[in-house]
Formats: sequence, C-alpha cells, structure tokens
Amino acid sequence: MTDVLLPSAELAYSTPDAQGFYGPYGGTFVPETVVPALGELAAAYAEAIADPAFLDELIYLLRDYVGRPSPLYRADRLAEAVGLGAVYLKREDLNHTGAHKINNTIGQCLLAKRMGKKRVIAETGAGQHGVATATTAALMGLECAVFMGVEDIRRQALNVYKMRLLGAEVVPVSDGSGTLADAVTAALRHWVERVEDTFYVIGSALGPHPYPQMVRDFQSVIGSEILGQMEEKEIGRVDAVVACVGGGSNAIGTFYPFLRDVPAGERPLLIGAEAAGLGLDTDKHGAALTKGSPGVLHGFYSYLLQDDAGNPLEAYSISAGLDYPGVGPEHSYLKDEGLVRYEGVTDAEALEAFALLTRTEGIIPAIESSHALALLPRLAGELGSDAVVVVTVSGRGDKDMDIVREAGLGVG
Amino acid sequence: MSADAGTTSRLTAAFRKGRPALVAYVLAGYPDRAASLEALRAAARGGADVIELGVPYGDPLADGPVIAAAAKVAREQEGGFGLVHALQVAEAFVQDPGVPEGPPVVAMTYLNPLMRLGLSDAAARMRAAGVAGAIVPDMPPEAAGPWLRVSGGIDTVFLAAPTSTDERLEVIAGASAGFVYCVSATGVTGERESLALGLSDLVGRIRTHTSLPVAVGFGVGTAEQAAQVAAVADGVIVGSAIVRRQEDPAEVERFVRTLAVAVSGG
Repeated sequence: MTDVLLPSAELAYSTPDAQGFYGPYGGTFVPETVVPALGELAAAYAEAIADPAFLDELIYLLRDYVGRPSPLYRADRLAEAVGLGAVYLKREDLNHTGAHKINNTIGQCLLAKRMGKKRVIAETGAGQHGVATATTAALMGLECAVFMGVEDIRRQALNVYKMRLLGAEVVPVSDGSGTLADAVTAALRHWVERVEDTFYVIGSALGPHPYPQMVRDFQSVIGSEILGQMEEKEIGRVDAVVACVGGGSNAIGTFYPFLRDVPAGERPLLIGAEAAGLGLDTDKHGAALTKGSPGVLHGFYSYLLQDDAGNPLEAYSISAGLDYPGVGPEHSYLKDEGLVRYEGVTDAEALEAFALLTRTEGIIPAIESSHALALLPRLAGELGSDAVVVVTVSGRGDKDMDIVREAGLGVG
Repeated sequence: MSADAGTTSRLTAAFRKGRPALVAYVLAGYPDRAASLEALRAAARGGADVIELGVPYGDPLADGPVIAAAAKVAREQEGGFGLVHALQVAEAFVQDPGVPEGPPVVAMTYLNPLMRLGLSDAAARMRAAGVAGAIVPDMPPEAAGPWLRVSGGIDTVFLAAPTSTDERLEVIAGASAGFVYCVSATGVTGERESLALGLSDLVGRIRTHTSLPVAVGFGVGTAEQAAQVAAVADGVIVGSAIVRRQEDPAEVERFVRTLAVAVSGG
C-alpha cells in the first residue's frame, strides 16, 4: 500500500515523456480552450503525488473506504476446470462499488478538491465509472454530472438509477451509437465549455496527457498489490498475468508495476484481452489493438478503429465497458514494443467464462472481466497444466444480469 | 509555415482591405457535394472575404450541434464524404468561384483525416486544390511540428482561446500564419445570444504578440453580433448560422450579404 504511486528508484521502464508520449502514442490533441487546463492539471498532479499529505489521504481512503487491499484469491476449482496448475484472481470486484474504477475516482476527485474545483464530470460506458465517480463525489461533497450514451443507459439501467440515487445528474448522449465513445466526446465538449469550474474525471487510461499517466498511476495499486501478495503467499513463479482491455485502465494498472519493478527476464507473460465481439473477421468488435491502425481520437494518438477517411468506427461488444473504438496510448506502445500481448475474445467465449467462474467458484464476474477469464483455457493449451496464471477480475457481474439473461445463459 | 517577413500571404491580404473582413464557413458536402459548391459560390457572391471550408468528421470535438449534425448528413451520402472529397470541392470553387476574384479558401479539418491520408499527401492535395490555409482545431502548436514540416505554401492558422495564457498566446501567434483565429468563448461552435465579455481585451492581448490579422469566431450568428465583433477585430467568422442555411444557396447569399454589410460598417 505504501508504494501506490511512487516509482522505484531504478526505472527499467519509464513512461511517458514530458509531453505525455509513450513512444509515438499519447500526446495532447485537443482544442486550445482546454490546453491550459491540461497544463494546470499536469502540474497539480505532479505536485500532489509528491505531497505526503495527499498520498496519506489517498491511501487512507483506498484502505478504509474502498476496502483495499483486494484479495489475491487462489481459485482451485476454476484452475482444475481449465486445466491450469493454479489460477489467482485479483478481486477488484470486491472493492466498494464493485469494480476497479473507484481506485481512480478517489485519486482524481482528491485532486479536483485540491485544485479547488467544486464540480466533476465523467463519462461512462457500463456505468461502473459513473457509479464510482458519483460515489466519490457524494463522499467528497462535489457536484457531479455523468455523460452516458442512450444505448448504455438502456443496457445498464440499474447503474443509472444508482448514480441518480447518489445525487449525480445522468446526461443522456444520443449522438453516434449512443455508447462509450459518444459519451467521451460529449464530456470533452462539455468540459471545453465549463473548463473554469469543472474537473473532468476520465475513467480509463486514455484522453490527452496527463490523463493516461494519472489513471495508470492511480490504478497501479492493483499490480503493486499483486506483487506484494505473491511475495506474502510465497507464490514463487507466475507464468502469465491477464486483464481485459477496453480503454485499458485495469490492465495497465495490473501490468505497469510488473513492467516497472520486475526485470524483463523474470517477468511473466502479460496478456490483454480485447473484445472480439461477434468475431475479429466481422466488423462487430472492439479490438483496436488487434484490428485497428494508429490515429487521433479524444485527444490522443493510439490504435483506433477507423474508416478510410479517418472517422472513428463504432465499436461493438456485448460488454458496455469494452466497446470503445480506441485504446489507451500506453497499450499501443506496449503492443509495438512486444512487452504485452493482446488477444481477442468473442462475446460467446466471454459468456462461457462468465458461467464457468460463477459455477466453479461462486463468483459472478463482470462481463468485461469475463473476457480476461476466457483466456485461461487458451493459456492451459499454450503453457501447460502446471502453469500459474493471475487474472484481474476488474468488476462484479451484478450489473450484467439482464444482458446475460438476454444472451440466454441457462439456469438449470 | 509562417509568411516570410516583409511579404504578405494571400490569406493575410484578404484581411487588409481597409475594413474588417468576413470569413464565411461552409461545410463541404452538405447537404451534398453539388449543393455545397453552390453554397461556396453564393457566399462569394454575397461578399465573403475568406472562405473557411469545413471537412465533415465523425468526432467533431470543437463543433456544436449544427455543424456536427450537418457533418453527419454529409458523411452519410452515397460513397461517403471526407477530406479528399472536400478538397475536390475546394478545387472546383477555386477554379470557378463565380465572382471575378474568388476569396481564398482555408480548409478546416480535424487532425485525424490529415493523418489518415498522410500529412505530406494531405498537404500536397491542399496545395494542388489551391487551398490557401488550414485550421486544425485539435492540433495545438506544440503538436504541430510534423504538419508544419510538410505544409509549406499553406498558412496554418492556430486558435487562441479566452483561457489561453499570455505565454501560450505568444506561442500561438508565433506559430500562426495567415491570421490568428480567436475563439470568442469557451465551448463549441454555434450561435449564442450574447458575445462573451472581455472579447476586446482578448483580441488586444493577441495583438500584442503578432501583427497578423485577428479574426473572431464561435458564437457569431447575427448581423448585429458580426458588427459588434468587427468593431474590435480584423475579421469575423460566421459558421453555424450559414451552415443552417446551406440547403438554400439563395438564402446563403442573402445572409452573407447582410453579414458583409454589417462587418464592413455599412
């Protein structure tokens, strides 16, 4: 818990550069109106994480409010079912509000308060980031508005109701496909208008600099805890660490401490599961890294699903949290550098993994997290039946009951 | 690249007629290709000094609902409509503007369509089309290096905002060529009931950093507002209010004429 944000002294892996670039990716590609605000934010963030008082409050809230550290649970029945030596689940689903998102909202809202902002806005896809922001805003007495696509509002009615209960305004976004990408655009546009009194709490490790770095740092508590827990539990060897990637915040939070603190030769395979939707050979997926090409969207340069004219394409996934046409810039860098491997997981494979974890361990995962779990049988084939794999279960599945029921996942 | 000292680019010259200039924004491809070309000629006949030709884009971060909705219509026409098509419309207009001396054309495009085509290819196509300048609203000067290295012959216009510090205004003014685009208010493009307070101060602050003309846009929708802005700036940019009329070229011409009269103090 003490090394939440502070990088180790000897940096084998050091990103981003001063302009917010990860290799060629990242940067700041936004209208001038918000450029000064991003500069202020970067300066305020750098100052905050060097301030022990800020870190103390963050660590206190992560522990006593969020419930950290989250367990690293050895899922034996799951391991047996998929044919692996051991599977450890990093239980972000057990956090307050049911997902990893709150690690970041606590950090950003503390920063908003420190900067004297009284109002926060957020975008949300599955609603988990919206709920986490609304929750944190309630905790800290901040006004809150959450932008959400109309299609996601339909898919995630329960989370919409929760946000309203928590006192947040949910702003429906009907542009485009009415999903996460449209919500990000709407929130950015609103921020351009209200930049002087409003703090934009971005929910994934994307957007213009310093957001990708800031979100990664706040989420890196996940990977730092895994490393500490591996030591405590005397787990000598881990062969692979797996997380799902939409924008990529739980994945980068999981992977970053392994990249930063573990020498390359001792590092486990790091694998991100992207949404392959109805299949990578269809146009219904959200696999920006596997199927996209580099471009600028939402203020940063990264792999992107785009048409020949450079317009972003609509992404698709059964999971509202993964249907985003872009991906956080550090993932693009990690892909090109070969430091992390990215694989597509279809809706059907994710549903199967969802059912498997539910039945073998009595843990109902989010449909997003199920994409990471779906890699386990593949890894058993690749790494053998002795292999040890850590999976970040980024959230719990309560919000997905309607989707799973609609998909016809049987009860019986 | 910046105009050489001592020479005045065609774009800058359009603001140096001894009176404030009118910059008319027309969205290429809306409601379709032919109609947008007619709208350009109508704007020229109506007295626009400069044409800002918008390129339809799917994620128009800096644009308000009118331009965003029109861009969607344009993109969804058969065969699609993007930067390449917009530059074809620009070329057709430059070659036959419908008035004796056509106003210079500035392309307004988001960065990704340029990148998708390749910055160098995009610049070459702009030059070939006879486009005088480029406005890329999501490319702040710090991020403009790769574009500026390949866009010789095209004046790149950067945006200054009410939130820009003096330090940033220096960078923006220094990087701009042709003119400096002063964003009148925080927020996206679109008509507003009243213009932001402090506009004249902002224009004054920009002028301390450059001798380039300063044109004001975002939120100017009526002849009265255009006249108010003309009193403090070298140019007035009107966008959404023209795009709303773009389906009817005669209406565009009539409206642009009232704006031109208001801007030139008539």
